[in-house]
Amino acid sequence: MNAVSAPLALLAELTHRCPLSCAYCSNPLQLAQVASELDTESWARVFREAAELGCLQLHLSGGEPLLRRDLVPLVEAAVEAGLYTNLITAAVTLDAKRIAALREAGLDHVQISVQDAEAGRADAQAGFPGGHVRKLAAAALVREAGLPLTINAVVHRRNLPSLPGLIALAEAAGAERLEVAHVQYYGWALANRDALLPDRAMLDRATEQVEAARARLGGRMVIDYVVPDYHATRPKPCMGGWGRRFIVVNPAGRVLPCHAAESLPGLDFPNVRETSLAEAWMGSDAFNRFRGTGWMPAPCRGCALAEADWGGCRCQAYALTGEIDATDPACSLSPHHGVLADARAGAGDDAPLVHRAQAR
Amino acid sequence: MTPATVPALRRGVRLRQDAARDRWVVMAPERMLVPDETALAVLRLVDGTRSLGEITAELARAYAAPEAVIAEDVAALLVDLSDKGLVSLS
Ligand code: SF4
Ligand code: SF4
Repeated sequence: MNAVSAPLALLAELTHRCPLSCAYCSNPLQLAQVASELDTESWARVFREAAELGCLQLHLSGGEPLLRRDLVPLVEAAVEAGLYTNLITAAVTLDAKRIAALREAGLDHVQISVQDAEAGRADAQAGFPGGHVRKLAAAALVREAGLPLTINAVVHRRNLPSLPGLIALAEAAGAERLEVAHVQYYGWALANRDALLPDRAMLDRATEQVEAARARLGGRMVIDYVVPDYHATRPKPCMGGWGRRFIVVNPAGRVLPCHAAESLPGLDFPNVRETSLAEAWMGSDAFNRFRGTGWMPAPCRGCALAEADWGGCRCQAYALTGEIDATDPACSLSPHHGVLADARAGAGDDAPLVHRAQAR
Repeated sequence: MTPATVPALRRGVRLRQDAARDRWVVMAPERMLVPDETALAVLRLVDGTRSLGEITAELARAYAAPEAVIAEDVAALLVDLSDKGLVSLS
């Protein structure tokens, strides 16, 4: 048996609705419909249960959480539960009144995503004309409200040339933190992999640019950098390990170890409509299925790194090998490691990009 | 940094108790840090009004240690926290 430790953070996906239609969206192909979304009371209960279970941080995300009309009461409930509350937003609908109400409710931090440094390209990426300018205005409002600000930029083959511009944008916005995250190929993004995956030289250039900015901005702006698995020889410890640090509740109330986990077949994920968060976390088969190292086949079984990377990402392993307990192909010890080289070879500037059609 | 420097927690950074794990944590936007005993003792005195000199003097008193020795440790710790974006030094 593996001892079950308490989760540190709850990721609450309040809705799958979103005014944007990013080609890199890692949300599932099948989005939860509005009618199935949890109501205010249920979320408030989930927040209280999360805090009791040991969660310290709450990430309010989506989709676009601003589309929840009850966002302010939800933040109040989260703050009352004692959670450090982060709002993860695309911010195209964030106005001064809303941000004032959110601050008043006790919101701790706002993260705004941008798609590119240049408005035309950014709007094309997000499929939302005028969106980029609105995001910059929203960032300024967050600043004026005195809330800490993170700029999040998901980067890929098509916008990597803009990385220096994205860093400058975050600086100019007065952000305390910049998150540069290479696309993770789950959900919708996987279908666009050929168009989005950068080559090695692009990746190395980006990494150098981030390092240089970190050295220059040390102490003023923190830069978190997430590199793509497709150029790696060891996988990432996805979510810090299955059922170890993060608990995700999706718009319909399903409790998941990561937001893509519903893509895995044969797992019956609990729902907060039927069970408590504690019961879901400790007692459900789905959470215990990949906890620890007991489930691992070779080459993970007995590997010295088993408790460092936990065999990588289950969703990626399944998406790329068709087996849910396979070693993540990002590991060079995986017999499927070659699929990553194939994917790298298949990527190119002329691959078509398909934007997602959103649930509204 | 001089003894007159006033360290402060940066926007969005808070020291709070983690009851479930019986410890203190530094909460910050989308991250957190578990301070060791020394860092905790210093962070509890970082309130945006006390100067480095005052913090050092208080710690010297509390731990009955020479100020000169403590000053160096405190300064190094604050520089580290500043590099991590958690504390501002002005
Ligand atoms: S479409 Fe874009 S903004 Fe909306 S949920 Fe997906 S990635 Fe986030
Ligand atoms: S074999 Fe498994 S545990 Fe070992 S490094 Fe690769 S993914 Fe990690």
